[in-house]
Amino acid sequence: MALIQSNQVGANTDEMALVRAAKQGDVSAFEELVRRYDRNVFRIANHITHNAEDAEDVVQEAFLKAYQNLNRFQEQSKFYTWLVRIAVNEALMKLRRRRSDKTVSMDQDIETEEDTIPREIADWAPNPEQQFKQEELKQLLQKTIQGLPPSFRAVFVLRDVEGLSTEETAEALDLSIPAVKSRLLRARLQLRERLNKYFKNPQKDGNNR
Amino acid sequence: MTCAEFLKELTDYLDDALDSRTRAELEDHLVWCHECFVVCDTTKKTISIYRESKLYELPDDLRGRLHNAIVSKCKSKKPDAAAPDDKSKR
Repeated sequence: MALIQSNQVGANTDEMALVRAAKQGDVSAFEELVRRYDRNVFRIANHITHNAEDAEDVVQEAFLKAYQNLNRFQEQSKFYTWLVRIAVNEALMKLRRRRSDKTVSMDQDIETEEDTIPREIADWAPNPEQQFKQEELKQLLQKTIQGLPPSFRAVFVLRDVEGLSTEETAEALDLSIPAVKSRLLRARLQLRERLNKYFKNPQKDGNNR
Repeated sequence: MTCAEFLKELTDYLDDALDSRTRAELEDHLVWCHECFVVCDTTKKTISIYRESKLYELPDDLRGRLHNAIVSKCKSKKPDAAAPDDKSKR
C-alpha cells in the first residue's frame, strides 16, 4: 500500500517562481503560498497542540516567520517541507509553554520494545468507522491520537495524514530516517491498539494473548 | 520469519518500501499467521481511517480571518535581508 499522496505533484514547477517573487517582497505571490498550505499547517498545528487557539496562532506565526525568513530558504527542499518545519517548531513551543514539565521534544520520548508488541488481536468490523456518527468519530479519533507522545503524533500526522515522504518528515522534524521509521511504527501500532476497543468486531471473540 | 521480525518490517511493508525478497517472506508469514494478518489489516485500517477522517478542517470564516491577518502583517514587513534594489522599488 503506497501511502504517499500525490496532491502536490506538479505544484512544484511554479512554486519556486512564487517563492522567488515573494522573496522580492511580492505579497500576492506569498498569498498564493498561504492559500496552498494554510489547511495543512492548521491540521498539523492542531494535532500537535491539541488546542484551537494555539493552532490559530501557529498558523499566523509560521507563515509570518516563513515570509520574513524567505531569504534563508535555500531552495534545496520543497517550500512546503521548509514551512512544515517552521510550523512544527512553533507548535512545539506552544506545547512547552502550556506544559509545566517543559520536556516536549522530538528526541525525548522513551522507547521500549514492549510498545510494539500488540496486546490485543481482534478482527475489526468491515467498516468499523461507520458505526459512529461523524462528529462522534472525530472526537474519538482526536482523543485517541492525543494519547500518543507528541513526537509520535507529529510523525504520524506528517507521514500518514499529510502524506510527506519519510525523508521529508525527517527533514521537517529534524530527526534521522531510522528515528522517523521507529516512531511511525510505534504510532501506528499504538493507535491501532487504542482503536481496538471501539472497532473490534462484536460478532467475533477477540483472542487475547 | 517470526512475528517479531514481521512487526519490525511492518511499517516498510505498508509503505511499499521493502525489497522483493523480504516482501515475499513477509507475505508468506501472513498466509499462516492469523494474528499478524489481523495486526497488519487493522493497522492499514487505522491509517486509512485517520487519513479520511478530515480532522481539524479549517473553517472558511476562520480561514478568511487568518488569511487577512497574515497578509496585512506581511504588507507591513519585507523578507529580511532582501537586496537593497528590490526594497527601493517597492
